[in-house]
Formats: sequence, C-alpha cells, structure tokens
Amino acid sequence: MFVTQSRDQWLSPRPATDQQNDLVKRIVILGGGTGGTLAANRLRRVYDPEEAEIVVVDRDADHVYQPGLLFVPFGRADMTHIVRPRQRQLRSGVVFRQAGVDHVDVTADRVHLDDGTALGYDALVVATGARLLPEETDGLTGPGWMRDVFTFYAPDGAVALHQALGRFSGGRLVVNVIDMPIKCPVAPLEFCFLADYYFRQRGIRDRVQLTYVTPLDGAFTKPVCNQELSGLLTDKGIELVTEFNTGTVAAGTIKAGTGEAVGGRLISYDEREVPFDLAVVIPLHGGAAFVERSPGLGDELGFIPVDPGTLQAKVKPNVFALGDATDVPTSKAGSVAHFEGDVLVANVRRFLAGQPLTGAFDGHTNCFIETGFGKALLIDFNYDTEPLAGHYPGRLGLPMLRQSRLNHLGKLAFQQFYWHSLLPGRDVPGISSSMPARGKIRPPVPAGADDRR
Amino acid sequence: MPTATYADQSVTVNDEGFLTDPGQWTEDMAPQIARTAGIEDLTPRHWQVIRFMRAEYQAKGTGPTVRVLGKTSGVTIKELYQLFPKGPAKTAARIAGIPKPRGCI
Repeated sequence: MFVTQSRDQWLSPRPATDQQNDLVKRIVILGGGTGGTLAANRLRRVYDPEEAEIVVVDRDADHVYQPGLLFVPFGRADMTHIVRPRQRQLRSGVVFRQAGVDHVDVTADRVHLDDGTALGYDALVVATGARLLPEETDGLTGPGWMRDVFTFYAPDGAVALHQALGRFSGGRLVVNVIDMPIKCPVAPLEFCFLADYYFRQRGIRDRVQLTYVTPLDGAFTKPVCNQELSGLLTDKGIELVTEFNTGTVAAGTIKAGTGEAVGGRLISYDEREVPFDLAVVIPLHGGAAFVERSPGLGDELGFIPVDPGTLQAKVKPNVFALGDATDVPTSKAGSVAHFEGDVLVANVRRFLAGQPLTGAFDGHTNCFIETGFGKALLIDFNYDTEPLAGHYPGRLGLPMLRQSRLNHLGKLAFQQFYWHSLLPGRDVPGISSSMPARGKIRPPVPAGADDRR
Repeated sequence: MPTATYADQSVTVNDEGFLTDPGQWTEDMAPQIARTAGIEDLTPRHWQVIRFMRAEYQAKGTGPTVRVLGKTSGVTIKELYQLFPKGPAKTAARIAGIPKPRGCI
C-alpha cells in the first residue's frame, strides 16, 4: 500500500491543487522528451482532470527530434527544423514545470527541484533519458574537442561537425563508439554510410579513408543483422575495427619548430592505435545526473532498474520508468519509448487503482537504418527475436533488412509522425506495441541446434 | 555439447569455452581455465575480479561489462586490461565460470 502525501506538505506549481482532496492523484513525470511527453499525453487522455494531476518536469524548454541530429552534419537538416517547444507538445491539462531535478527522495515520495521547491507524488515516471559523458574518456574533451574531434549526438556537436565536414578535403575519418550502451546503436553505422555517400557526392571519396571502430565483436550484436550491416560496410569500402575499447583520444597537434601537422589517435586499453584526421566519437552514456544523487533509484551507470515487462522500478512500486532512462535489455531508441508507452500507462493506472500490474512490454524495437543514396533498411525485433528479413508490420509492409527507397521515405516521413502522432500518444491502426511475428522470415534452425543451447 | 575437464571434473562448455552451467564451477578450476586464456598465475587482484564477477552474476543474472567493472570492482579499467589483456569482462567471466556478459544493443 502507498500513502498519499498530506497536501499541505506539497509545494505545488499550482496553488489550486492545495484545495484538492486526496482522491486526486498526482503523477509526476521527470523529463519532457519522447518518453515523458507521450506518457503525459496518454495519461492525460485516460484520466479526468478531477482524477489526476499530471506534472512534467524538464530543465529546458526545447524538445529536440533526436533522429534528426544524424542529418545535421551533412546539411540535410538544420536545428531549426528539428527543435520545437516542449510545452507545445503536451496536451492541455498537463502541467509543465521548467526546473532541474536535484534529487528524488523515494522514501518520502518527493522530487526536490533545483529551485529549492519540492513536488510530492503518488506515482513517479522517470523519463530523463541518457546523458553524454565525454569527460569520462581520457583526452576526449581535450584540445581536439570540437576542433578535430566531434560528436553528432548533441546539437552543438552536430552543427560544429557540419562545418568541419565542409572544410574536410581528404584524410582519415574515424567513427568511434567508446562503449555501450548508447542511444540509437545503429546511428554511428548510419553516419558511416551517409559519410560515404556525402564524400562521393563531393567527388572526393577516393581521398577519404573511412573507418568504423567499435567495442563490439562485429558491426552489430545481433547475428543476422550483423551479417547484413558488415556486408554494407565492405561494399562501401568502410574499414571495420572491432573489440576496440578506447582508453584515450589523443588530438592532433602541430609539431613545434617544423610546423608539421600530426594526426590524432584513438588508443585502446590494450594499446592498439587508430590514427585519424577527423574523429566522430559517440561518448559514454549514463543516466541523468540527479539519479546518482537519489539513493536507491539507479544502477552504477545511472539507469533505472525496472522490471523489463511491467516497467515498474525495482526501488519502489510507485516509481516507473520508460525510454532511454531504464536498464531494459533492448536498444535505447524512440521506438522503444513509443512501444513502452502503452504498457506504462496501463500499469501506472492499475497501480494507482490498487490493482495488480498486467501489461507486459516485450522489448519491441523498430529502427530505420539510413544507408545513403536515398535508401534505408528497416529492422524490427524484441527481447527474444533478433532482427529478421521479411516485411513490417505484415506481409504487405515495408521490406526489412533490405535497402529500399521506400524505407528511406519512411524514415523521412517519420518526423511528421513523431510530432503529430507518436508524441500526442495516438494509437496508429496496424502498429501495435508488441512485435508482430507475421511477415518475418525465420532462419532455418540448424540441425542439432537444440543440443548446443 | 562440448565438454572440458578442469580440476578433474568434466564440465559442459559452449563454442567459445564458457561454462554452460555456472553451478558446475569450483574455485580450483579457475587456474586451469586461466592458463587456456594465457594467464599463468592468478594473483589476489585477479581473484578480486573473479569473485566480483560471480557475485554480480548471482545478484543480477549477467556478468558486468568492462565499464561497470571499472566503476564497481575496485580495480581500474587500466589495471583490468593488465590483469586480463584479451578483454577483461570476457576473460574474467570465462575464468569465473559464468556466461559471456551480454552485449548491450
């Protein structure tokens, strides 16, 4: 059982709530990104105003369409097209509170904000995503940062990289994932494919050596997909360096006296080196900083341990999480937050009604992989099923694990779907939260495979 | 299913040499598995990592990654690579008789 806070202890953003009786539940959602926004809008739709108050807290006012960041370095999108006001994405009746979170006191069911106020809650939804931690890698934010070492995972980095690519007339370009987990694990590969296309269009591809450097033992972790993506790297002449755990990023320098330019190097913990003239690095990721300041809430990387099916946090029954903020074993991707939304809303509701949780998220993930030349791949998988060939969401749908123009158009159209359908939390006919099994071509089970399990 | 013999006990292993049943593992198997990974002597620092891996596996159902090991095992990533040069998380997991740590996706 949970106990509702006495209202006089609340410092509400709305004085009116002080008058509310205990039947009005307060749901506080930390983070107004993909997961937080769609959860707030879905919750607002299922609760009458007199049943529940829904508060979204975020430290800033800009909602970035993160998939768009991939296109910024190549001049195919600019920031004005992929940023909209956070508050405008929230349904009327959702309270938006712009403030940073200092910490969550899960014992007292209260969020402490950095302006010194506190918000009590009946249910808490953590949707604060993942944070980039470039300073955790030796040398990454040193003299080369934003000069010959960039990341496109943040708006300022994506814009600066666009300028750097424009100046780049040839040499060694490396794309390096420092370590997992990262947001959208296919984006670094997409960057490689798009870079190949970009340099071909500029007519200087033969002067650019492209290398993808990953800590994994292949281009991607899932076998069928790994084969397809590795093949694409080979086809496009992109070198693959695997099992490379970057310890240090040494920026390029100018030799004193001679004035000779010396390129930069990625140096692994086992002392291998990859030289570069321009490095595109995906820094380490962790959960939001307040998670570390909130005893019991997060794991060692700041992600929220949750039940992978119900999305209820392990720390306390009235805490839930979705999107990149959780520790669930699937990709950190907007599609995951989208598919989790259904389950999360149903379970928050059941929890507040004192009923057992039923909804179960299956790990459904769906990603378009841009491959350049106006084409893209599509992959669709869950906790148990790896990405397979076939069609999505059924036999007559988009081709999976195969480059097609249709998938590229799907990826471009997705931005409109994101603002107008996904964030408002509308259900789309034919697109279910759980992974569709129809349309997938399962590989034959090798003889004796069961014996090897 | 392939088998291997460590400390005079037959154990089942997968294609990469990881024990398929962590329950079959005993501490006296570790030095022998370590030698197959090119580690001649297990020092107390090696053992600190091996025991930590087993405890984490028992608590969470999966072994920690290098990054988590560096943050939580009391051994820095640099030293982890000195102890287990061919990939600390993978090698230590194999010596500790637990499955290969799940690659995040």
